[in-house]
Amino acid sequence: MSDVADRVKKIVVEHLGVEEDKVVENASFIDDLGADSLDTVELVMAFEEEFGIEIPDDAAETIQTFGDAVKFISEAA
Amino acid sequence: MFDLTGKNALVTGASGGIGGAIAKALHAAGATVGLSGTRVEPLEALAAELGERAHVLPCNLSDADAVDALPKQAIEAMGSVDILVNNAGITRDQIFMRMSDEEWQSVLDVNLTSTMRLCRGVMRPMMKARWGRIINISSIVGATGNPGQANYAASKAGMVGLTKSIAYEVASRGITANAVAPGFIATAMTDKLNDDQKAKINAQIPAARMGTADEIAAAVLYLASPEAGYVTGSTLHVNGGMAML
Repeated sequence: MSDVADRVKKIVVEHLGVEEDKVVENASFIDDLGADSLDTVELVMAFEEEFGIEIPDDAAETIQTFGDAVKFISEAA
Repeated sequence: MFDLTGKNALVTGASGGIGGAIAKALHAAGATVGLSGTRVEPLEALAAELGERAHVLPCNLSDADAVDALPKQAIEAMGSVDILVNNAGITRDQIFMRMSDEEWQSVLDVNLTSTMRLCRGVMRPMMKARWGRIINISSIVGATGNPGQANYAASKAGMVGLTKSIAYEVASRGITANAVAPGFIATAMTDKLNDDQKAKINAQIPAARMGTADEIAAAVLYLASPEAGYVTGSTLHVNGGMAML
């Protein structure tokens, strides 16, 4: 697994309090990992901080799954 | 009780009677205050009176870009905004059938839209800090209505709905959002009324007198305090019993 994926996974596990093995490619933050809409905003904020990038609101809305997040950040960072 | 040492508060309309009293009360409780308003002179005078822990942050609240920039300026000056008091407001009274689009829009822009922009601007850092206090100064007329003030009453009622919705969204993050709704408060504006006019107003108030700016400031101080952490989405009516809501 790439470095980006590891770091994203760590944030998701810490923030949502889920088991690491639940955080898979297609895991939806809201449907599978129990995030509410505010959690998703906070996850994006945490990603921005960790990777020193800016994730605009319209892009943030497209980040639904763990895989989406890793893909977006890999391209942006 | 009510120790705000280490907290940074941004107060809009700090050049006015109520806003100035709010800034003084928060400052006296130990907070650093960012004094915002349109008129620089009274802000400078208040900052000089307060001495340390006071910053002047002029802002024209009818200018959307300036309003969006204000939270950033406040954070630059103070390090954070832990307490936001949206106190600035204007009136453009007119009977409703004669009310122009401009009279409507200018009041909504300054009273309601700027409040929304400032709340939005401070939300992200407050969420990260897991602590925040938003206090929006509404008005009794937002709940009761008032002839000649359809625009003002709508803006003040709008602030209550805004406050409650924000309170729902961020309660789990240690942020509270409340409104304070003053009744008749003695200010420079009410000083101009003659004795007959004052007597008529006082006759409508069970407490038989106008309130003071300090009595509004005390309500704000309470809602800003750590002790009020379980109070959110509420409207604290400070009106001498004029409307028991």
